[in-house]
Amino acid sequence: MPEPSNTPVLELVDLVAGYRTRHGLLGRRGEVRAVAGVNLAVGAGETVCLVGESGCGKSTVARAVVNLLTPISGEVRFAGRSLADLDRRELRAMRRDVQLIFQDPYASLNPRMTVRELISEAWRIHPGIVARERWDAEVGELLERVGLNPAHAARYPHQFSGGQRQRICIARALSVRPRLIVCDEAVSALDVSIQAQILALLGRLRDELGVAYLFITHDLGVVRHFADRVAVMHLGTIVESGDTEQIYSAPAHPYTQALLSAAPSVDDWRDRGGEEIVLSGDAPSPLRPPTGCRFHTRCWKAQDRCRGDEPALVHRGTDHPVACHYASTETGLENADVVR
Amino acid sequence: MSALLEVSGLAVAFGDLRAVRGVSLTVEKGRTLAVVGESGSGKSVTSLAVLGLLPPQARVVEGSVTFDGVNLLDLGDDGLRRLRGEELAMIFQDPLSALNPSLTVGYQIAEMFRRRRGMSRGAANERAVEAMAEVGIPDAARRAGSHPHEFSGGMRQRVVIAMALALEPRLLIADEPTTALDVTVQAQILRLLRERQRAGLGMIIISHDLGVVARTAQTVVVMYAGRAVESGTVAEVYSAPAHPYTLGLLAASPSARAGRREIRPIDGNPPDLASLPSGCAFHPRCPFARQRCRTETPPLRRLPSGRASACHFAEEVLSRAGTVQHAGA
Repeated sequence: MPEPSNTPVLELVDLVAGYRTRHGLLGRRGEVRAVAGVNLAVGAGETVCLVGESGCGKSTVARAVVNLLTPISGEVRFAGRSLADLDRRELRAMRRDVQLIFQDPYASLNPRMTVRELISEAWRIHPGIVARERWDAEVGELLERVGLNPAHAARYPHQFSGGQRQRICIARALSVRPRLIVCDEAVSALDVSIQAQILALLGRLRDELGVAYLFITHDLGVVRHFADRVAVMHLGTIVESGDTEQIYSAPAHPYTQALLSAAPSVDDWRDRGGEEIVLSGDAPSPLRPPTGCRFHTRCWKAQDRCRGDEPALVHRGTDHPVACHYASTETGLENADVVR
Repeated sequence: MSALLEVSGLAVAFGDLRAVRGVSLTVEKGRTLAVVGESGSGKSVTSLAVLGLLPPQARVVEGSVTFDGVNLLDLGDDGLRRLRGEELAMIFQDPLSALNPSLTVGYQIAEMFRRRRGMSRGAANERAVEAMAEVGIPDAARRAGSHPHEFSGGMRQRVVIAMALALEPRLLIADEPTTALDVTVQAQILRLLRERQRAGLGMIIISHDLGVVARTAQTVVVMYAGRAVESGTVAEVYSAPAHPYTLGLLAASPSARAGRREIRPIDGNPPDLASLPSGCAFHPRCPFARQRCRTETPPLRRLPSGRASACHFAEEVLSRAGTVQHAGA
């Protein structure tokens, strides 16, 4: 049944997800809430980037979205329906609609399968996508679409370079005609000339096929070039979200400001010695997140209120939501003694 | 200013494979030179050769490495060992590979003062704590008693830097020192390195990240398939590249700063060192390539302002780069 066109492809509602832990061999059991209440929507054909540093929970979000991890609470909705409500048959169908691409293409390709086998494997599992007699032709078309030579369908993954392997992963993801592709650091391990090739390919597929992306990365440069919307994640929560240009031209959360200031850019040779925010100390452990605002231990704006009262992600006189009691596009660095 | 380190015509081979083919570079006191390139470009092999740390199957087949007037390649293992730590130091991407997991970091730093400076245990321990404090490790006296695994990635890299700088070397080679770190931590480490450079340390930073280079270095050498294809000041090279590969790299690099500039990929794949293309190794991927590029290897030649490019058509690339500003070709 076709859903109304304004229903997002993917919706995360108050998502809480994580892992069980144990301290020592017989120690007490605990729970890390790597994702601590995330709301996010990806519309049809839209590219949403989830950006953050290690331990922020961005990969846990990816795992929950593709149903590799059951949420502790909250919901993952696909085309308006909660994953928790789907029966087995519906879950199978949903697995077709959502595909995942990882950072390391070699680890995600079975080295004993040819490219043809890798790409057609899903058609064996989901009959009815492509008729058997069309397999070879369809593999050829997919390879061509991702910029590989169709004549190489009989080769094995090790015969390709890293960038070409990522193209194979993309062809395989496309083979089931997904509506959403989750890319978890999909271009992070590639050399910059190849990274740009893969980004161009993903962009072209978005235009040609209308596929939506949830693009998970730590690379703020890639995000600016690729995203329609951005959500900045810090220790399990989204601290700021909005249209890409809103976030990049007028960041209002101190963490976003610090991240953008810290991201090295090829344009930095022009302007050295400008205002630079360098956070002091280490990020807190996700095992024991700080009370109140999770950023307050490293924030130069933090007041007493921030230690006790967790700020919600809402509009605060800004054109996009920000989870900071003192959200402002002014960094207010002149009053900061934390920043050296 | 006289050069602290001068590498001239360096060539390194792994068996029949030429990983580095005639690289020259100069580092001055209190300055940072960046060597930038993608995987397989030979940038790390170059730095290992400078320090005499090449793996046994590799050897320097040509060239000289002059540090403070002495050719390091003639020095032999003992002489080099004496220089390393005292005059030259190196840090790598993975700080854990440089630390002994079973000893406290304080002990490992103090050991250098005991061995090299003949200090007593007590004095060496005190110096170790000072060295840790100098690189911004909070609560250094207590942290000196911790083992490497008890530190975060960023703090571990600080420990390694403290160790590398303990004996006040004059040249530090940093091979992808922040590649494994988060961006906010990277900013901390780059700031620390910049402070040391301003205090007089000569530095070579090896990186694949043109943004990191833009932030730290004054001069840059761009490597491709074992050769230096372009060199000059960072401002010159970044504002108007004189080699098509540099032009392509800049156009392909995403930037968090510039508005919505299109990024443009470089076509094709980096070459296999075992079967390099004839002539200019970049020609199969080069939008400027002509017949001459297929047959004749372009030497690295000086251009008017003192910079250099290994392209037959450097002048054409330069005029192109000036008008289209990183937009690729």
